[in-house]
Amino acid sequence: MDLYLPIAEMSVNALVIILLGAGVGFLSGMFGVGGGFLTTPLLIFYGIPPAVAVASSATQITGSSVSGALAYLERGQVDVKMGGVLVAGGVLGAGLGQIIFRLLQDIGQIDIVISLIYVLFLTVIGGLMLRDAVAALLAARAGQPLPGRGRRHLPWVAALPWRMRFPRSGLYISPLAPLGLGALVGVLTVIMGIGGGFIMVPAMVYVLGMRAQAVVGTSLFQIIFVTAATTLLHATASKTVDIVLALMLLVGGVVGAQFGVRAAQAMPPDRLRLALALLVLGVAARLAFGLTLTPAEPFALFEGA
Amino acid sequence: MRPGTLRLLALLPLWMFLAGAAPIGLITQLSQARIDINTTFRGAELLVFGAIQYPRGQAPDEPPDIAVVVRGPAAPVTVRRKQRIAGVWVNAQAVRFESVPGFYAAAATRPIADLADERTTAIYEIGIRNLQLSPVSSAGDATLRAFESGLIAARQRAGLFTERPGGVELTRDVLYAARIALPAAVPVGDYAAEIHLIRDGRVLASTSAPFVIDKSGFERWVYVNAQEHSLAYGLSAVAAALLAGALAAAVTRRR
Repeated sequence: MDLYLPIAEMSVNALVIILLGAGVGFLSGMFGVGGGFLTTPLLIFYGIPPAVAVASSATQITGSSVSGALAYLERGQVDVKMGGVLVAGGVLGAGLGQIIFRLLQDIGQIDIVISLIYVLFLTVIGGLMLRDAVAALLAARAGQPLPGRGRRHLPWVAALPWRMRFPRSGLYISPLAPLGLGALVGVLTVIMGIGGGFIMVPAMVYVLGMRAQAVVGTSLFQIIFVTAATTLLHATASKTVDIVLALMLLVGGVVGAQFGVRAAQAMPPDRLRLALALLVLGVAARLAFGLTLTPAEPFALFEGA
Repeated sequence: MRPGTLRLLALLPLWMFLAGAAPIGLITQLSQARIDINTTFRGAELLVFGAIQYPRGQAPDEPPDIAVVVRGPAAPVTVRRKQRIAGVWVNAQAVRFESVPGFYAAAATRPIADLADERTTAIYEIGIRNLQLSPVSSAGDATLRAFESGLIAARQRAGLFTERPGGVELTRDVLYAARIALPAAVPVGDYAAEIHLIRDGRVLASTSAPFVIDKSGFERWVYVNAQEHSLAYGLSAVAAALLAGALAAAVTRRR
């Protein structure tokens, strides 16, 4: 079924887009990640203009994070205070990201920078996850308990001034650290069209040293607000939010996520983490390959620029 | 042009009338004056048709040639050439073309090169290679040509630049018709179909018919709102996403 997208100004196969959303939704339900880091590259690969792909993907993430955030909120696993600081940082970062986005668009390097940042982050995070997953699997095979990791934040985080208490997270730290983290992820949300959960969650654990129970819920909480702010920024500044595209992705994503959650329950968690690590590294490798491969067509067109 | 020449030109039709040699003329009609892009738009076909008016209604033994050119709104386009820097292909050298039609289709009764000499086809911009794209760059001619070829090839792949020799059918040397395929990716805006009558390498008559391609219904509504009420559009996009997400949560929790 062909459907004309009013903002992307092209006709797409609705079934393909919904299936794409479902596939990413399946993975996000399975691994508990937003999946924006897969949606954006896949949409660009399908032929959606990068600016539209990034903006509409952010809108879709707003919707797909709601159900998860509500569930965690009911169980009291959202640190609203910490989330508020992260959102404040995220909105600042989103504003900054919008300026960077414009600049890169003007000099015609936006697509290359998006790909490079993806390769960098996916490689680092995929590598870290792979290391942890392999260590856990080896420990389980040897029958030993995993060496306990001290839940402590990094030394420079402790050195920041104006410390305050975040009871739900079990922290007494300066709000500057989560503010900075939120800002960094906010920049990435605007440029890459991701929720940033796959960066935020490890950073909350390893950098801030948050209590594990509050991590995922708080991350989802902040994702809703930051992606909503990003949607507004893209809608007013670059006018690239395609609501039809976002809603199609959302429909597929919601359904796919249900199957993903079910599939995840049938799989041991360590294997799951290993699979996610390999998936992330696979996407990074594919993008890196695409950057170094001699392009079939050396010329690229930028309209109206 | 000097005023004297202009005055002479103005007298030309009068002279022709007095000489009793009414000039050869063209009548043109389009299948649609307006093409709507709606939700199920997958491209369209425009039929350009009409008749040749011969002086005293007599068709000559040797039929003339007809060239049909359909073009969309022009806009500047920057073309960038990818170059390998530190193993990575980045967009390097750029050439800006000031006036690139968003859509261009040429059809004729014969191959473009056989219609008339290069100068004539260039003046009337008949044929893709004769488009005046107005490049702005200090680069040399060879570079400009390479960039122009890259631009044209990209547009041709998208079906936005087409050229069909033999795309105009002539019936009994009087009626002509050309079918122009408009792909789903056509830009919206004001279009024009130009019809040229060519004989012995000279353009004897030209006429043009405008048409509009615009989004309609839901597509138009969404587009207009996104452009003109962008904040409200952004807010409703967020609201729609939140609502859809909450709805999905409610449905799945009931199970």
